[in-house]
Amino acid sequence: MEADETSTVAGDSEKQTQMLASIEAGLAADSAQNSGLLVQMTGITKRFGSFTANDSINLGVERGQIHALLGENGAGKSTLMKILNGLLRPDEGEIVWNGEAVQFESPQDAAKLGISMVFQHFSLFENMSVLDNIAVALPGSIRQNGFNLGRLSKRIEEVGEAYGLALSPHRPVYSLSAGERQRIEIIRALLRDPKLLVLDEPTSVLTPQEADALFVTLEQLAQKGCGLLYISHKLDEVQRLCSKATILRGGKLVGECDPRKEDVRSLAAMMVGSHVPEVRSPALHKIGDVRLEVEALTLPAPDPHAKSLNHIMLSVHGGEVLGIAGIAGNGQSELFAALSGETLAPQARTILIDTMPVGQLDIESRRALGAAFIPEQRLGHGAVPGMALSDNLVLSRHGTDRLDRYGMVNFRRARRLSDDVISKFDVRISGKNPVASSLSGGNLQKFVVGREILARPGVLVVDQPTWGVDAGAAVAIRQALINLAAQGAAVLVISQDLDELFSISDRMAVLHEGSLSAALPTGQVTRETIGLMMAGSEVDDAA
Amino acid sequence: MRLELVPRASVSPIARALSPVIAIVLAGLMAGLVIALMGRSPMAAFDIYIREPLGDSWALQEMGIKMIPLTLIATGLVYCFRANLWNIGAEGQYTMGAIVGAILPLATQGMELGRWLLVIALIMGAIGGAVYALIPSYLRVRLGVSEILSSLMLVYIAQLFLDYLVRGPWRDPKGFNFPQSVMFDTGSTLPILFEEGRLHAGLILAVVVVLASTVVLGWSLFGYAIKVIGSAPKAAGFSGFSASRISLMVFAISGGLAGLAGIVEVSGQIGQLKPSISAGYGFTAITVAFLGRLHPLGVVFGAFVVSLTAIGGENAQIMLKLPLDLTTCFQGFLLLCVLAADALTSSSIRVVRTPKKEA
Repeated sequence: MEADETSTVAGDSEKQTQMLASIEAGLAADSAQNSGLLVQMTGITKRFGSFTANDSINLGVERGQIHALLGENGAGKSTLMKILNGLLRPDEGEIVWNGEAVQFESPQDAAKLGISMVFQHFSLFENMSVLDNIAVALPGSIRQNGFNLGRLSKRIEEVGEAYGLALSPHRPVYSLSAGERQRIEIIRALLRDPKLLVLDEPTSVLTPQEADALFVTLEQLAQKGCGLLYISHKLDEVQRLCSKATILRGGKLVGECDPRKEDVRSLAAMMVGSHVPEVRSPALHKIGDVRLEVEALTLPAPDPHAKSLNHIMLSVHGGEVLGIAGIAGNGQSELFAALSGETLAPQARTILIDTMPVGQLDIESRRALGAAFIPEQRLGHGAVPGMALSDNLVLSRHGTDRLDRYGMVNFRRARRLSDDVISKFDVRISGKNPVASSLSGGNLQKFVVGREILARPGVLVVDQPTWGVDAGAAVAIRQALINLAAQGAAVLVISQDLDELFSISDRMAVLHEGSLSAALPTGQVTRETIGLMMAGSEVDDAA
Repeated sequence: MRLELVPRASVSPIARALSPVIAIVLAGLMAGLVIALMGRSPMAAFDIYIREPLGDSWALQEMGIKMIPLTLIATGLVYCFRANLWNIGAEGQYTMGAIVGAILPLATQGMELGRWLLVIALIMGAIGGAVYALIPSYLRVRLGVSEILSSLMLVYIAQLFLDYLVRGPWRDPKGFNFPQSVMFDTGSTLPILFEEGRLHAGLILAVVVVLASTVVLGWSLFGYAIKVIGSAPKAAGFSGFSASRISLMVFAISGGLAGLAGIVEVSGQIGQLKPSISAGYGFTAITVAFLGRLHPLGVVFGAFVVSLTAIGGENAQIMLKLPLDLTTCFQGFLLLCVLAADALTSSSIRVVRTPKKEA
């Protein structure tokens, strides 16, 4: 399995050269149509009640252009793309496609013209094969024209060949890596023969190597004359790939530029609107004793789609941040559950908090020993969507903050503590004590992180601390984690975001297929090494 | 064109308070329309359904008698429903409570043992209902069996078991072969509250249960845990609450209160066991719990409305020749209106136009 994946990654770059030759032949024929404006959106305005999500935005994509759409979460990127895709209708403004004004009544209308989207979150059936997953999503027009699974299977292989998207049509989806799953989505889009392909944060689940393979595919597509709209907030990728960028902020168009001619800081400043703060390294502090230790933790997978954990060994010292990199679905949630006590370890001595064996203790007993936990999923795990913030404070602190007196909850005290979190962690809220689901992702995450940090934990385990959080909030959260470590706590951060781990962790390890590599000091590893480890190749400690 | 529900960011407390009132008025108008279509005067029906029972002390007492079991059972159901567990078998737990509660009073019948026997009977009734409710809950926790089906099917088992008892071993030998037990001694019947009336001391029990449940559900950690489990099971695990333990506990409470209602009804109202000890209270209580919007104080209101229309329905049948089913019909309108009003106070409706397909 491991060998298989690495070979596909390596195979991509090999095939790429031979592929280019065949594409160039096609290019000559198409070249007349390969430039010029493909789509122009002018003065697009979309309001939701009193909130203006898009405020007269202009966006033009040319044939053969890879055009970046940059912006933080909540900048209006998704709204604009939903309008382009026919999911939403603009209140004002027009869309001109190939020189003709068009109005999309539904996604089907947009698809007919050749607009395809690859979404950030895959919509795939885990138990079905690649072929079935592609067949089920084909539009009726293709299905009616003498469609059969045998021919489709051939087409998938052809398209995969042509674009370096190696994928066996008969493999079940659950056996595929995230990168391979994304290829299904891209092939789905390519089978519709798109003129404009929209990709929403396509690299968020990929290893650096998988991302490289994707970029090759995208460049090939552009050379064939397909327009590409690339939505991202990863500036280095945009600089590498895109020749033009449109930048949105707070629903408004703030600039257009050639990202290759700008430096990262100026791009970031345009996105965020002001000077981008960076994580400050903490004051010099001592690295103390081991506060969290895992000794050969092995856990079977609770269900077929979960991962088993194999002989996990790790230790986190007080004053230290240990980063655990890895692509989602390699055992992160299972490791978090085992550390938090939501899943119990087979023996008490497998997990130690401040040398106390806690493997058999539940989450509340571990909290009582000074541990705190921040799960990946904010709504529904770290917080109850329909409950007010003060009630959500009770969720993790009822046992440790004198909130529970003789079985009765002191809701007034909970309210005071929650207001404290809100003010100290700059949680922006509307109203006095709103329900969790009404907060934006970044603000709710600040609340959840603040709730745990203000409990003054000695050990903090956090899974994906800034997933889907805007840049400003992400920096604030990372800073809070570093500061907590500087005060002597052991902080374990599980994250898919390599930039994040490089900026905050003292040591890094990689979780792959439920196994954890040895932890290396952050200064001694490169992104490439980590990337290879994330894809499952063995790397010597000497790296 | 299609409609979408969009959650409101904030809901004014006035709207929340007014929504059940609006729901009742709307349901009343709908019922009036149906009555008018049947060729009767809606005003006369209103008089008989609502005004007369409220002005008559006999009718008020009868309403109270109906409200006692409904309130007890529905309050118990609130625990389950808030935890997102669907105990549909309160009727069976009610029946089992009546059977287990009746063991001692029937065994000691004729000895006139006194009041303490009643206390034990009530406790045994509650335990009987609780244990009976633990069957579906345990099956769910251990084997993942849907509690909806198992609790419902256990209703029929309990009812047929009661049927067997009163036709077989517990049949009153001097009862002319009617399927019924002997009458309880005075010591093991609930005292009557007002002279010349039928309203019994079960009312006091119901009031205590409602007040205690208001405190437990609103302010205790247990009540908080129930709410968390009902709305986000993973968050409950994160919070350290054991879903299985709470699931067993809410079922035990719910079944216990239904069982208590069963023995209260038998010892306070009927005085003996017979197949017809329930007027479908266990099922009606589901409506009552939702009419009360899963709040113990709301349950009192729900039980009041349901009892009022039940009494009114009997009168209307006699005086206007309106079918008794109209009452059920009205309760249906009311439930729909309350749920709709609830949904519309917390969400607003957005019309999404799907434009005509171009040819």
